[in-house]
Amino acid sequence: MSNLINRKIFTLLKVQYSNMLEYRVEIALWAISGIIPFFMLNIWTNNNLNESINISDTMLSRYFLCAFFVRQFSVVWVVFSFEEDSLMGKVSPYLIQPLNPFFRYFAQHLAEQITRFPFALIIAFFFFIFNPESIWIPNFGILILSIVSTFLSFLIQFLIQSIVACLCFWTEKASSIERLLFIPTLFLSGLLAPVVSFPTYVKSWIYLTPFPYLIDFPANLLSGNETNISGGLSMQILWIFLLFPLFKKIWSEGTKKYTAMGS
Amino acid sequence: MNLRKYLKVYKKFLHTSLASELEYKTNIIVDLITAILSLVGSIFLLSIFFQNSVYIGGWKFEQALIIQAIYTILNGITNTWFNPNLTEIVKHIREGTLDFVLLKPIDSQFFISLKKINPSGFLEIMLGFLLLFFCIRINQININLGFLTLSLITISCSICILYSLWFFISTTTIWFVKTWNAIEVLRSFLYIGRFPLNSFSFSLRIFFSVFIPIAFITTIPSEVFLGISVLWKILLEVIVATVFLITSRKFWLFALKFYSSASS
Repeated sequence: MSNLINRKIFTLLKVQYSNMLEYRVEIALWAISGIIPFFMLNIWTNNNLNESINISDTMLSRYFLCAFFVRQFSVVWVVFSFEEDSLMGKVSPYLIQPLNPFFRYFAQHLAEQITRFPFALIIAFFFFIFNPESIWIPNFGILILSIVSTFLSFLIQFLIQSIVACLCFWTEKASSIERLLFIPTLFLSGLLAPVVSFPTYVKSWIYLTPFPYLIDFPANLLSGNETNISGGLSMQILWIFLLFPLFKKIWSEGTKKYTAMGS
Repeated sequence: MNLRKYLKVYKKFLHTSLASELEYKTNIIVDLITAILSLVGSIFLLSIFFQNSVYIGGWKFEQALIIQAIYTILNGITNTWFNPNLTEIVKHIREGTLDFVLLKPIDSQFFISLKKINPSGFLEIMLGFLLLFFCIRINQININLGFLTLSLITISCSICILYSLWFFISTTTIWFVKTWNAIEVLRSFLYIGRFPLNSFSFSLRIFFSVFIPIAFITTIPSEVFLGISVLWKILLEVIVATVFLITSRKFWLFALKFYSSASS
């Protein structure tokens, strides 16, 4: 049984990885499109805005570099794939298979991240050429922890987007709901400004939402900025435990509703 | 070129695409909420920047809001016309339906750039104008004829530059077939347009005015609104816009020579 599952996972990953390798240029461009944090860093340091939040230039540049990395490995687009597949009627054959189609998308995302890794490294390399003072080597334990928390952040976003994707069973344009949800993710996750810099009236409630755990927490962890490690990790896990049953519920409701569009 | 014929055709385009888009009414509302949230979010970000400093790149908060307003208007225009049409080029080329466009007795660039319309972008444009009027009041800008013409000229030039950038990238589809992600790169660069050019370091400023003229798109019109623009900058923007429009047109005609239809 476990052997079978292992084989399934391995085959899925292998197929999707070779699929993704075909689109190297695509993925390279996509990696480049994630450089907004660097522009933000430029505004912060060029106007000395970081002095007021007590983060040195070096620490802030490490923060934004880590934010870039975390974002690179937690980008999720499942709703767009699922919407297309469901409108084209491609979901029907997937539903017959003894495997939840979301595993297929999940493997796609993992494979894409592996393909993206070298490009992200190249961008980081250029970043260090321009900012040599910000080079640092995180210790091994921190590195492992931040990889784990980045993966957890990816899982949270994957679950949220899968729930939105399941709305495709009811409406034809679920991706517009995703675009709506992307706005708070963009502004509150810490991609454009670290959460510490937020005004107090936002900071008082933001740590109860999943947003700061998507980018701010893993990025702080990896860059060595001050953060509550155990608190952050447990909040991430808590959100996964909250979202997973919701996804299972909406999936089982949705598949009952499915009418095989386009076929 | 027969202007009346084109106007007539455009009316038909409007009619058909509005009819099909209005099928998704809740979608339009969701898009409106997205536009409002996105504006609120960027004002929030701006307020974080201005939390402890009065000036950023020489701009006060009230003045930087003008940039947000112009960005919102231009983003609305992008969402209404450029985004739905120019992402379609990719589809045309991949599926070979560009053949049908080229066979029509009408200019292919006209057809490809204006065929579709996304009505939810209108709401974003209105939102931008609302913010702009608000900014005109809080910055106590006097409206007179000269100011109006100048701002109209600069904003239309910005629209031309924006259109040309989008059209350039979409045209490269003829060689590379898949350019969705190139469009994503453009989008992320355009994000810079939300902030005054002077708030960036010198090297980025050069990059965003020489290589990708994003600086021209929002900063120069905003300077006109504040009455601090210099004549040579406006002239430069007009020149850049004309050059971009002409080259994008030439580039399209050049690229078409390499179009070899799908599966042939």
